[in-house]
Amino acid sequence: MSTISEKILAAHSEQKDVTPGEIVKAKIDFAFMPALTAALSFHAMYDMDIKKVWDKDKVTILLDHIAPATNIKNATLHKECREIAKEQNLKHFYDINSGVCHQIIPEKGHVYPGMLLVGADSHTCTHGAFGAFATGIGSTDMGAAIGTGKLWFKVPETIKINAEGKLGDRVMSKDVLLKSAKILGADGATYCALEFKGSTISDMSIGARMTLCNMAIELGGKTGICEPDQKTFDFLEGRVDHEFKPVYADTDAVYKQTVEIDSARLEPQVACPHAVDNVKPVTEVEGKAINQVFIGSCTNGRLEDLSMAAEIMKGKKIHSDVRVIATPASPEVYYAAMEHEVIKTLMDAGAVICNPSCSVCFGGNHGILAPGEVSLSTSNRNFRGRQGSTESFVYLSSPATAAASALTGVITDPREA
Amino acid sequence: MIKGKAWNYGDDVNTDFILPGIYLELTDPNEMGKHAMEGIDPEFADKVQPGDVVIGGRNFGLGSSREHAPIALKHSGVGAVIAEGYARIFYRNAANLGLPTLECPNVSKEIKTGDAVEVDLVKGIITVNGEKQLKFTPVPEFMMEILNAGGLRSYIKENRDKW
Repeated sequence: MSTISEKILAAHSEQKDVTPGEIVKAKIDFAFMPALTAALSFHAMYDMDIKKVWDKDKVTILLDHIAPATNIKNATLHKECREIAKEQNLKHFYDINSGVCHQIIPEKGHVYPGMLLVGADSHTCTHGAFGAFATGIGSTDMGAAIGTGKLWFKVPETIKINAEGKLGDRVMSKDVLLKSAKILGADGATYCALEFKGSTISDMSIGARMTLCNMAIELGGKTGICEPDQKTFDFLEGRVDHEFKPVYADTDAVYKQTVEIDSARLEPQVACPHAVDNVKPVTEVEGKAINQVFIGSCTNGRLEDLSMAAEIMKGKKIHSDVRVIATPASPEVYYAAMEHEVIKTLMDAGAVICNPSCSVCFGGNHGILAPGEVSLSTSNRNFRGRQGSTESFVYLSSPATAAASALTGVITDPREA
Repeated sequence: MIKGKAWNYGDDVNTDFILPGIYLELTDPNEMGKHAMEGIDPEFADKVQPGDVVIGGRNFGLGSSREHAPIALKHSGVGAVIAEGYARIFYRNAANLGLPTLECPNVSKEIKTGDAVEVDLVKGIITVNGEKQLKFTPVPEFMMEILNAGGLRSYIKENRDKW
């Protein structure tokens, strides 16, 4: 009678079963760090009197948040990361030409069902889309994880998000997640795992499931998980060279709570400033003037996201008061978007294409907002000051809503674009 | 005993408030300390005194896994955080650094900015302005072991055999 999280944590702590609330020490299968937290993590490991990582094949660093370097401080940080990767003889290292960590980790075959994955980035929960238990940790925990291959976890209770039915035209997985955030609140899943189930989830692409799991943390969740299926195995085919055994929840698994989403009736959703759970249907926010649109990030920077934007913008021009920054999440996405003329369509409409990176999302790279400016962003957080000035405003939406709004200059229902 | 002045920032104090994203490139803890709470109170780092206590309502520390946030608080001089609830990554990060994060119901209504606060970690009691006493939720035993060791780094150094 166990959930996916309980089964994975039990298997990794050599126990038959575990109970929510119990603290377990579990073996880590893979650990990754973006540059901004990597140096701190290694400093922590050295402070523990540990000189070398526990397994050089299972630890990686990715230079994604700021790429390429924008000033001397972050250039120095990148340099330190490159030196650490060499000193530690890490088998995998991803430099500034690689893209967003949460896109690269699955593309390069580091994720598989049933594994226990930790990342020094809160959106590590993204990888639950592949049926893994994946969670974000801080630098000291990461120091312990990379130094010893183990970490303690409090076994979370699980909340089930059950989405049934077919999503309407131009209603996306982002809308399912934002609706869930509205229902549960920004702390509604604190210390909990989210399991996404139902026919809507089965119908979703892998990329759409990654969007859901990516934002589990915005509800306070420790991880978000989807059950692996044929789509998962097809994605992993040719990428993962590790044997794996998919893990599924028991039919009598105990859930703390179940949230029902009626997908057929779901409208596009918008998270309004300055909280991810301040969510309204797009029809209640329509007409709000915007200055910048960002299509990208670990949440919505995949081919299907850029393609949705291109479908809406094809043959049209972005409103003269709006700038659009579109950032493919990885070179694989970028190449595919070029091949399908998605990049050309977006550029023809007037979009700026940035290199694969975290880009505008976190306010430390490029695309910074001035005081009073309003952004409509497909990323994951809209905290005050997140993308620049503390006097700017960030709204969050799906790529469809973002693209439709870019054309009109005001927040717009994509179903009418 | 932790003794100082209270700074109350209410509900949903997120990690971008505690340390904005532009400072993630910093690696020196003292540099991070100079920007503590800058996203919500740009003068905080100049005003805070060693031993002062940051008060919050629900979901303190939501957002990023950046350990820069609790590092900045600790190195600005903050002696403890007391809130009604925490986001889990922040809570772990703070404990791992040896920065006490205490849970106390209604604390954001009971203590206001400027109040004198004394925290007795052993007895589990917060004294406000020398008069009112509040009880905080006992720190879980395993977390207390980490706090008592001064954080996870020294805990692992001392307990490598049982880790």
